[in-house]
Amino acid sequence: MRNKVFFRGRFLNIVLRILKKTLWMTLVLMGITVISFFVIHLAPGSPTDTETTLNPLAGEAARRQLEALYGLDRPLHAQYLDWVVRLLHFDFGNSMSADARPVLTKIAERLPLTVGVNLLSLALVLVIAIPLGIVTACRQNSLLDRATTVFVFLGFAMPSFWLALLLMLFCGIEHQWLPVSGLTSLNFSELGFWEQCADVAQHLILPVIIYTVGGLAGMSRYMRACMLEVLHQDYILTAKAKGLPRHVVIVRHAVRNALLPVITLLGLSIPGLIGGSVIIESIFALPGLGQLFYAAVMARDYTMIMGNLVLGAVLTLAGNLLADICYGLADPRIRSFGGECE
Amino acid sequence: MKSATARFAFHNVMLFFGLAVVLLMSLAAVFAPVLAPYPPSALHLDHILEPPSSRFWLGTDRLGRDVFSRMLFGGRVSLWVGFVAVGISVSIGTVLGLISGYFRSWVDEVIMRAVDIMLCFPSFFLILAVIAFLEPNMTNIMIVIGLTSWMGVARLVRAEALSLREREFVAAAKLAGLPSWRILFRHILPNALAPVLITATLGIAGAILVESSLSFLGLGVQPPTASWGNMLMEGKSVIGIAPWLSVYPGMAILLTVLGYNLLGENLRDMLDPRIKQ
Repeated sequence: MRNKVFFRGRFLNIVLRILKKTLWMTLVLMGITVISFFVIHLAPGSPTDTETTLNPLAGEAARRQLEALYGLDRPLHAQYLDWVVRLLHFDFGNSMSADARPVLTKIAERLPLTVGVNLLSLALVLVIAIPLGIVTACRQNSLLDRATTVFVFLGFAMPSFWLALLLMLFCGIEHQWLPVSGLTSLNFSELGFWEQCADVAQHLILPVIIYTVGGLAGMSRYMRACMLEVLHQDYILTAKAKGLPRHVVIVRHAVRNALLPVITLLGLSIPGLIGGSVIIESIFALPGLGQLFYAAVMARDYTMIMGNLVLGAVLTLAGNLLADICYGLADPRIRSFGGECE
Repeated sequence: MKSATARFAFHNVMLFFGLAVVLLMSLAAVFAPVLAPYPPSALHLDHILEPPSSRFWLGTDRLGRDVFSRMLFGGRVSLWVGFVAVGISVSIGTVLGLISGYFRSWVDEVIMRAVDIMLCFPSFFLILAVIAFLEPNMTNIMIVIGLTSWMGVARLVRAEALSLREREFVAAAKLAGLPSWRILFRHILPNALAPVLITATLGIAGAILVESSLSFLGLGVQPPTASWGNMLMEGKSVIGIAPWLSVYPGMAILLTVLGYNLLGENLRDMLDPRIKQ
């Protein structure tokens, strides 16, 4: 009976927390859209430039006509309100580039590749970094720990685009092991299904390696730091004093606690991943979100840029919320005290 | 556990390596005009895309310019962008952090929520968009990087101010009737300076990375001005025939960023009593 009440209270607490958090996140999202919208619209240049200023045949009249078509002749706050109202219907508007297709469709086409590659490398990062962090923390100052530290610093300092160039040079040009550009080979349409899969996989090996190396340094360092912190706690001392075997102390008592902050870091790493995709996709000519955004920026495609920024912000916020919920579910201290740990 | 002295030695090696790299790179940047064997934009049209030799130490690029000379001048650009951008972000972060931590109440709430919002920005997207719109040049890059990277400093300074405001010397200063700004900048800030400087050191590394990424995408420092990022961009187009163009400028970025990171991180470890024990 008591248990039931306890569980209901806990459930209520979590729901309240999520509600509060969602409300706050809606506000943050509004803030982000306001800042982005005004910065982008007030900056010099306009989506009509490519079709008017750069085209000697188009005059002032054509420009005004285009601006009226896009609604750019109206006051800025009215444009913003319009945009928000449409956003509430999940309508991101049409792209202002020549094809004028809906922003959402264009993003949806590109999303799977970017998200897929990022998730794959994130999984690889976790699989490698967590054990590495644990081992280096347990054997602090050993040779392995030192070697890892050196590697971590190199990883932090390595510009992803330079690593990409080096790998292209070594694997693509020097040895011709792997393709260095695009998502598919020229003869893609002639291949059978499995060969097509293999072909895409081959094209994605280098990008995935680069994303993974990029995330590995930070994650293993962080895991090591969390682990070290936990290992100095009193309950670890207690567990050792009880005479528990070392591996039980480490796996049951230390690792489970050290993993908690990593959940938060995962949520926070999303903006970096999105930013990194612009560079890596442009190097390897991968048709993903990053490339779409880059092209949109170059063409001053307002609706497309806003669509991407909103998507980026939503993904980031969703990541944070998810991390928060997982954290709440995973950490017994937060579970039992409920809303106190806000 | 290894002995404390061995541990100390390893940290010191990293610290001094970082310090040496930072000093070396700074000297190279300052004395670039003296050290460079050729002017950075001098064309040697009969020596196009030559591999490294005794005459051109790191080879030449598509226009026959000396890569080594251009890297020296590119270092000036990177360090300058790094220093100014971090100057901007540290100034903003320090002022906001001090105000936030010292006055508490709704001011604190507003500033910290602003920090949260800024941290949720896919900031590289925004930097890219703004730079592309404002026309890419050094001034714009420094300002935009500075304006999008002050949040860490603000949080750090706030935490320092929160604890320092409870100390006796602050109470004494208040009793003496000093104005708030004087307490903030003369009594609290000097005591929070060490962590701020360390964060600034790490910030320079970050700013150099962002600048070179932007330049690599063609949205940073514009040719013919040399920067490590735009040299790599030019190198990418001839990567098959002139790999040295894609290798050396990146090495310079790696080394410089590594130097600043090693310096900052190991100084932080030295100052952190929890790690030092």
